[in-house]
Amino acid sequence: MAEEAVTDAPELAAGDGVRRRDFINIAAVSVAGVGGLSTLVPLISQMSPSADVLAQSSTEVDISAIETGQAIKAVFRSQPVFIRNLTPAEITEANEVAVASLRDPQTLAERTLKSKENWLITMAVCTHLGCVPLGAGEGESRGEFGGYFCPCHGSHYDTAARIRKGPAPLNLEVPDYEFVSDTVVKIG
Amino acid sequence: MSFPWANEYKPSHPFMQWMDDRLPLPRLVYNSVGAGYPVPRNLNYWWNFGFMALVCLIIQIVTGIILAMHFAANDTVAFDSVEHIMRDVNWGWLMRYVHANGAAAFFVVVYVHIFRGFYYGSYKAPREMVWLLGVVLFLLMMATAFMGYVLPWGQMSFWAAKVITGLFSAIPMVGEPLQQWLLGGFAPGNATLNRFFSLHYLLPFVIVGVVVLHIWALHIPGSSNPTGVPVKSESDTVPFFPYFIAKDGWTVGAFLFFLAAVTFYAPNMLGHPDNYIPANPMSTPAHIVPDWYFWPFYAILRAFTTDFFFIPAKLMGVLAMFGSILIWFLLPWLDKSPVRSASYRPLYRKFFYVLLVAMAVLFYCGGAPAEEPYVVISQIAAAYYFAHFLIILPIVSAIERPDPLPYSITEAVLGEDESAALSPAE
Amino acid sequence: MIRILSILVGLFFTVALAWSLLTGLLNFELPHTVEHEFHEHPKELHLASDGAFGKFDRQQLQRGFQVYKEVCAACHSLRHVAFRDLAALGYNEAEVKAIAVGYQVDGIDPNTGEATTRVGMPTDYFPLAFPNDVAARAANNNAIPPDLSLMTKARHNGAAYVYSLLSGYQDPPAALPEDNRPGEGLYYNPYFANLNLAMAPPLNEGIVSFGDGTKSTVEQMSKDVAAFLVWTAEPKLEKRKQTGLPVLGFLLFATILGFLSYKSIWADKKKKKG
Repeated sequence: MAEEAVTDAPELAAGDGVRRRDFINIAAVSVAGVGGLSTLVPLISQMSPSADVLAQSSTEVDISAIETGQAIKAVFRSQPVFIRNLTPAEITEANEVAVASLRDPQTLAERTLKSKENWLITMAVCTHLGCVPLGAGEGESRGEFGGYFCPCHGSHYDTAARIRKGPAPLNLEVPDYEFVSDTVVKIG
Repeated sequence: MSFPWANEYKPSHPFMQWMDDRLPLPRLVYNSVGAGYPVPRNLNYWWNFGFMALVCLIIQIVTGIILAMHFAANDTVAFDSVEHIMRDVNWGWLMRYVHANGAAAFFVVVYVHIFRGFYYGSYKAPREMVWLLGVVLFLLMMATAFMGYVLPWGQMSFWAAKVITGLFSAIPMVGEPLQQWLLGGFAPGNATLNRFFSLHYLLPFVIVGVVVLHIWALHIPGSSNPTGVPVKSESDTVPFFPYFIAKDGWTVGAFLFFLAAVTFYAPNMLGHPDNYIPANPMSTPAHIVPDWYFWPFYAILRAFTTDFFFIPAKLMGVLAMFGSILIWFLLPWLDKSPVRSASYRPLYRKFFYVLLVAMAVLFYCGGAPAEEPYVVISQIAAAYYFAHFLIILPIVSAIERPDPLPYSITEAVLGEDESAALSPAE
Repeated sequence: MIRILSILVGLFFTVALAWSLLTGLLNFELPHTVEHEFHEHPKELHLASDGAFGKFDRQQLQRGFQVYKEVCAACHSLRHVAFRDLAALGYNEAEVKAIAVGYQVDGIDPNTGEATTRVGMPTDYFPLAFPNDVAARAANNNAIPPDLSLMTKARHNGAAYVYSLLSGYQDPPAALPEDNRPGEGLYYNPYFANLNLAMAPPLNEGIVSFGDGTKSTVEQMSKDVAAFLVWTAEPKLEKRKQTGLPVLGFLLFATILGFLSYKSIWADKKKKKG
């Protein structure tokens, strides 16, 4: 403290003393910086989804009531999912498209499960800017290609929910899912 | 505003020059907490608590903003949203525990800061404005802390809201309507919780504003010092940067160490278990107390147990509780001793230590149940508290013979001051 | 002038206090209640989660959970705990799911929208023991069984309190005044604040059978439940203690470094000038 005046301290060799002093100051400031930066970790990660939100990451849907040609909207991770029971005509139509000509080339088979090719399960979230496309409900526009149509910016999806026209860059996303039984599908 | 030997800000880079001509922000920083602010070289560690209080304020604001992202100010879900923060939000438990214990640490630091002022006469001319703003800050802090305590909507929160707003009902005529206006109802409810949340978010920024004024006012005369002798020459001061930045820096490290120790290993030590029980308007906990930093004032409130002539005891207690802080505003004019530091005031120093003891007693009694012997003890301590500021201080400052002061700060530190020989003896 | 006024105001407050003090002394009486005399502080309890290096004993938590599930849950809710949280007790995903399925939670009929129940999922919270306070009162001789999620933080020395209370039922001492003897539907327990508790002794030896072969004495079950409730009150306890050590270590290091830096910066100012 202020009173403890050090008298007759032996003079340090000037150069040596200065260097050692600089080193300790630089070290102190750096360590403080490291400390400051590491406190950013909790301050930033607190905004990521919390444990209860992450836990809601799978959902089971009963599909027994969906007749051929119909579609429903289910909820998965607080977002809508289309579950569509494709007609044979829609399947044929989707398979006739030249895959190479597509913006996001994928076959219907790649977008469905084996032997369950009539069940097309996709996120109901337009890959452009996230609106919910029309086409699942009775009488809604299904766009120029008979699948889904996003009215926000005019993206048209075909019967395999692949992007065909409009600004969206990708096909509607297919979430992970599995059939728990013939009538119950588990998404996520 | 500063001493003539203060370092002048010289922009080192053309950009800084450009900036300085248009918005001299770097210059402001340089002159307030940089090398441009000369500080008495003899400041002891009691002077570090102002900087620590600033660190506390920053911690509270940062963690508070984060908690507000997850907290829901609605009486049906507030309690659950706090548990959501504790259980599910990433690092939410840390944010909440730092905020809760940080508030306590803030008060520890500010109490030391205030008592530093009492001992060293920091409130005296020419620093009255620094002191007055400081008292305003303390009042704002108390209001903010109280409203923050209500937010988790536990039993203690609810009953704190009820009891503290009940203080206003002691005011004759307007008391009852005033309490209902404060609560937005007949008892604390959703309206109360929502307005307290809004104000709890607002007041810290008001505090920031007053802190700026507090520091501004401080920079006009410059910091006081343990001898109370004004700065006379350049050898009395050192620049704030790097000298006091280094000193404040390492003590902040030590302070954070203690804060972290409590936060990680005894996070509920300073809290009350009843606040982990959801608010229940139907039943009051057996022993309600405010958070510990209000205990001295709570003890003063409860010390008035008998009607005084025509004044009801309830009103007397409320007057005394608010008065006990408001009298600090008068301090610069009650203590007219020309000597600032208690180090050179033998008589005042004794009374200062008695005040410390009285304050400690009030602390203890405020947290104890409202039963004997605590009531009698707190009455004696509270009587001393008022007598100290309002009676003893004016009298002592008139009759005391102070010890001889050093010629200058430099002489106090080094034992001699060359310039002393050159100037005529006083 | 201001000082004369201040002395008058000071006299006003001190005289008022002296007046209170005087009347207080005339009626001075130290509090004495039966509760003061017969109430006992909790017995000592040491858990694996105590101390700076404390960790939960998962085996014990599972036993405690079993006691909660088979005994306490009949009356006491655990509303802040979700089935998914039980993974922290060492259960795997399938076991958590199996536990959840064992509970019925509130739901709606997907076709009619009527309120109904469905089997629990890991994301669900433990269902409430009673739909509301009125029902809880009606079923429990006018006493509401408190939620247990935060119990060990909602009482002083909570874990020891739970343990002492559960294992502390006894016959009222002979010296206990008639007014404080347990009435109809009340049970004497010196660890409870007002000595008489509406909860009948919930545990007796062998009421549960532990899978790990631990003998289910009242003592053992009380400890296990206390440990389990420490976890429900603060599931992040372990993480908190583990994070604390490096943080404290770092701060200590940084403070020492800062102190050395401070010393070196002030070195020339502490020297007497020649």
